[in-house]
This record gives sequence, structure tokens and C-alpha cells, in this order.
Amino acid sequence: MRPARDGAGGLTKSEIKRHFAPLSLSAKGLACQRGGRTVFRDVEFTVESGEALIVTGANGAGKSSLLRLLAGLVDVAGGSLSFDGGADDAVLCEQAHYVGHLDALKAAMTVRQTLQFWSDFFGGDVAGADYALEAFNLAGLVDLPVAYLSAGQRRRLSLSRLLVSERPLWLLDEPGVALDVASLERLVGVIEAHQAQGGVVIATTHQVLNLAHSKLLELGSLKVTA
Amino acid sequence: MKRAFFSLVRRDVALAVQIGGGGGMAVFFFFVTVTLMPLGIGPNLNLLGQIAPGLLWVALLLSSLLTLDRLFQADFEDGTLDVLSMGSLPLELAVVAKILSHWLTTGLPLVIAAPILGLLLNLEEHQFMPLVLAMLIGSPALSLMGAIGAALTVSVRRGGLLASLLVMPFYIPVLIFGVATASAGAMPGATAQATALLGAVTLVSIVVGPWASAAALRANLKA
Repeated sequence: MRPARDGAGGLTKSEIKRHFAPLSLSAKGLACQRGGRTVFRDVEFTVESGEALIVTGANGAGKSSLLRLLAGLVDVAGGSLSFDGGADDAVLCEQAHYVGHLDALKAAMTVRQTLQFWSDFFGGDVAGADYALEAFNLAGLVDLPVAYLSAGQRRRLSLSRLLVSERPLWLLDEPGVALDVASLERLVGVIEAHQAQGGVVIATTHQVLNLAHSKLLELGSLKVTA
Repeated sequence: MKRAFFSLVRRDVALAVQIGGGGGMAVFFFFVTVTLMPLGIGPNLNLLGQIAPGLLWVALLLSSLLTLDRLFQADFEDGTLDVLSMGSLPLELAVVAKILSHWLTTGLPLVIAAPILGLLLNLEEHQFMPLVLAMLIGSPALSLMGAIGAALTVSVRRGGLLASLLVMPFYIPVLIFGVATASAGAMPGATAQATALLGAVTLVSIVVGPWASAAALRANLKA
């Protein structure tokens, strides 16, 4: 077992060799329908490399639907979504990581097996999995089955999927739920490191995430403020 | 892509073995149904030997139906399917990986168990080889076509029964040709003919199964 290092990530940014090609994602008059009901419409935003878009809004305003739509899990009902840059010939959903409310964890698998599977499935390397373990302070739990993890630990493991393989766009649905103060700081550190590498983060939240370079999109009121 | 495919197969096989409820349950159900048959029918060895291939095939079909509902449902409920649909591996291939691991943990153990149960039913000696061969050829079709039903009912709570109802009619060709391979001993060439037709059923289901299942899964994810 590797010794856990202190600090968010434990690795300095210079140790991280990743850097993403410039990209921008913009929505014009975007609308979404689920179950025959219009969840939202006329959503407009633009995010570019290094920026974060924080999506807020009341329960049912369509925050999760927006993220699922961006992830390609829900069809666009109206308006347009344009994605420029990023890796060549890869569609939007293949350049994005989506971490939703469902944690996609299997109770019978250990933390190590879970990370190994994601790493194999997404084509990550060993360094990515090690970085993920340290960034979310999971090094002490590697041999524990997921069934024995607490809600916060499950959340951290679920979020660690972001780091096992590199993808420029992160879609995070309430990433801070169930996290304690220290873990939330780690998460903010990880997100800022991702932004520093030219990645884009779109997150829904009810908590205050103190991110640099972030825009706010309030669903229900339909306007973006810088 | 190969790495992603085999990692998914490995994961599903490991989960089926660890959690149980997969192959183990199917094989146990297979044993129970087949051992009950002689008790119900009586000790008439000639009669048992005559209907043995049919009994084994029906029991095989039912056992493989039993495990269908968990093929995609567990992954759908915990969000794994969202993740799988966003990989660089096309969802169709991810479905093939899941079907392959379903066959490895359900179909294959059943085929291995079948000759042992054949002894219980006084299956004739010359019927063992054709039967096992036919089951090897035909059982992948059960997983492949079953996947379509499982994918269609993935968002239905306790959708197992509904999936069984949907899939059962498509299992009938497998049953007919499967039984024909073993019981057609009298007619020369009939076994080969039935085996070839069974192979054709499996080939068609290889073509149709993954695509139809992936389409059904997408429709369910987007609902």
C-alpha cells in the first residue's frame, strides 16, 4: 500500500503532464424534454478552456437534465449545442466524464478493482489511478470492498473516475454532496488543477464552491453572469 | 478498445461469481427441475429416455431465463450504464461483452451440467454428443436474444417476468432445432440438418441481438 501524502492531490501541478487542446462549448436556445414535459428551454452559455460553469437553480429546474443532455444521455429537444476543439474526431460524450447522483459502484468490488476497471475501460494508465487514489485520499481504503464505504467515501471513489483517464470536460452533478470540509477542499483543488490544464468543468451545486474563473448559470431565471 | 472490452467481460464474470445469483443459481435450478422430472413421470426408463432431450432443453431454456433480469438491470440502477455508454467502446460492443459474460457464467455451466443430468434421465449413449454439441451451438442464442428482452425491460421493476414473456417466443426455434438434433437419430442426416439450422439461429441472433439490445438500452436511458 502506498503511503498517503498530504494536501489536495499530494502532487504538485508540475508533476502532472496532461494538457488539453483548447476547446469551447456553447449552447444557444437549448431546450430539454423529459417524459413529454419541457424541463428547460432557451438556455444559453459558453464555456472555454480553463473555465468552470456553476449551474444553480431550484429543485426540478433541470440541473441534472442539463448535465445528462451534455453527456449525451438525453436528446436535445431544441436549440443547438456546439463543441469546438478538444481531441480530434471524438464526439462530445467521448470527451466528457459524467459523475451523477448514481455512483456506478459495485458493492462486491474493492476500491482497487473499481479503479482498475475504470482505468481499463477508459484507457487510463497506472499513474492516473495512483493520482486518483491520492487526490481523493483513498489510499488507505484500496483493499476494502465498496460495500463497507461510507457515503462520503463512496462519493470520493465515484469522483476519482475523473482522474483515472484524461478527458477535458467534466460534468459533475452535485459533486460536493456527502463530502466533509477537508474532502470538499480536495475536490476544489482537483477541479482547479483540471482548469489549470485547460479542462472545462460544468457542475451543479447548492453548496458554495470557491472556484477561480467560474461563471454562474441559474436555471429557471435563464441568464449567465460572469 | 480490446482492453475496455475484456475488462468489462472480466468484471461481469467476477461479479457473477462473487455475488452468486448468476450461473450458480441457474445450474442449481437446472438440477432441481431435471431431478424432479423422473419423480413426476415415474420409473419408466424407456419413456424417460425418449423425452430426455426435450426435458433437458426445456430446463435449459427456463434456467437461462431465470438469470436474464439481472443482465442489465443492476448496471442500469446504479448508474454504471451511464458510464458504459460514454466510453470509447460503442455501446453495442459493451452489450456484446455483457452477453459474453452472461453466457460464460450461465450458458456454459448449464451445457457442462447437461450430460450429467442426461444420465439421470436415461439419455441414450449415442445422444450425448449431439446433445452437448447442439447446446454449445444453441445456448449463445439464448443469451443473445434474452439480452433484447432484458434491455427492453431494464427500467421496469421486477421486469424479469415481462422479459421472459417477451423472449420466450424467440426461444422456440432454438428449442425445436435443439431437440431435433438429439432425437432425430433414426433419420440419417437429420442431426446434421438440425445442427446447421440451430447454428443459423445463433448467427442471426449474433447479428440482431447486440444492436437491438443497445438500441433498447439507449431508449431506456434517454427516457
